[in-house]
Amino acid sequence: MITITVEDRNGETRDIELPTDVNLNLMEALKASEYNILATCGGMALCATCHVQVLEGMEKLSPAEDAELDMLDTLFDADADSRLACQLRINEAMDGLKVKIRGDEH
Amino acid sequence: MIKTDICIIGAGPVGLFTVFEAGLLKMRCHLIDALPQIGGQLSEIYPQKPIYDIPGYPEIKAQELVDNLMDQIKPFDPTFTLGERVENLEKQEDGSYIVKTSDGTQVHCQVVAIAGGLGCFEPRKPEIEGLEDFEGKGVAYMVKNPETYRDKKVILAGGGDSALDWTIYLADVAERVTLIHRGDTFRGAPDSAEKVFELAKEGRINLILQSNISSISGNGHLKNVSVLGKDKESRELEADYLIPLFGLSPKLGPLANWGLNIDKNAIEVNTFDYSTNVERIYAIGDINTYPGKLKLILCGFHEAALMVQSAFKYVYPDQKLSFKYTTVYGVNAF
Repeated sequence: MITITVEDRNGETRDIELPTDVNLNLMEALKASEYNILATCGGMALCATCHVQVLEGMEKLSPAEDAELDMLDTLFDADADSRLACQLRINEAMDGLKVKIRGDEH
Repeated sequence: MIKTDICIIGAGPVGLFTVFEAGLLKMRCHLIDALPQIGGQLSEIYPQKPIYDIPGYPEIKAQELVDNLMDQIKPFDPTFTLGERVENLEKQEDGSYIVKTSDGTQVHCQVVAIAGGLGCFEPRKPEIEGLEDFEGKGVAYMVKNPETYRDKKVILAGGGDSALDWTIYLADVAERVTLIHRGDTFRGAPDSAEKVFELAKEGRINLILQSNISSISGNGHLKNVSVLGKDKESRELEADYLIPLFGLSPKLGPLANWGLNIDKNAIEVNTFDYSTNVERIYAIGDINTYPGKLKLILCGFHEAALMVQSAFKYVYPDQKLSFKYTTVYGVNAF
């Protein structure tokens, strides 16, 4: 298990514990933790609705591939610390990560 | 007024397949979609992605599935209203409905089938104070008629394909085109990006990189746009039009106000026939919810088949429904 700190759109912060052995990505894990994430495309890096801002621990993440960077480019509120949660597969190295949810709400 | 038996809201795969199942029971369908093309998110978001869980197709590209569905429903001659959002449903005295769209189209039907997926795709609006006050007064989120911009000062904002494509197109139409982009590269379409950099080098467009729009102003109509660079340098631009192009995102939209039971942005249905709490209104595909719901295209197809069996009694109240296999009776075109 690892612990990730999540700040929601209202600024509320809580720690969530995630298993590393069930092949989840961060978008799926956030949805499973009852966060309101649209995930229109289901996790193909094609809609950018699972946009998160990495507040701490960017170095823990594998670098973004072109498809993810393309999608981030289409957003007005993305920055150097932006990632798409669907492209981040939960693993041990992500323990202690802190993210803020930025993607579209319904 | 358009007259039909079943008005289907949403022209994605589930909405399209509903036409087939309804057609087998001799019920006609009209489809309405907020997007300008059919196919829903399959065509809008991932046309070239392979899908692996459509029965009978080990692998099929999303757009191919849409094309195949169009072939499959052709015998039943469906009609379409595209690029319009359904605003409200008006119940008539005899129980039937009139469906009204954002552009004033009216459809009279016996049954409404909501196959709206995740909702209507609407343009993402950047957070700029007062932006909505200038909508229709200089601010637009899509280019409907390029001639609007002839000999005008136009500012586009965004870094995706549509921002690049419209910058290139409008460079020949507008008096002055300015493209503002948050980053310093465009990764989406290398050819378009190269062309934009070329136009900027030739001085035919203004290209402002690493910058965001900080504020807009005008007196009744947009006049000025302020841009703030990452280097904290601020500049004022004169503008007749501002077109922010930051992609589309689905919103539940007006259907949230139709008196339907909604749970977490999905419509609650009875799994007996996928009816909602309002008589003659059904909800199928990703837009509905029930215990055990899975958002899969194949589940939506199943829901469509059961739904039309139930809808039959409203379209043909005096007839008894008899179930017939296509293998025995074939597909009898209208």
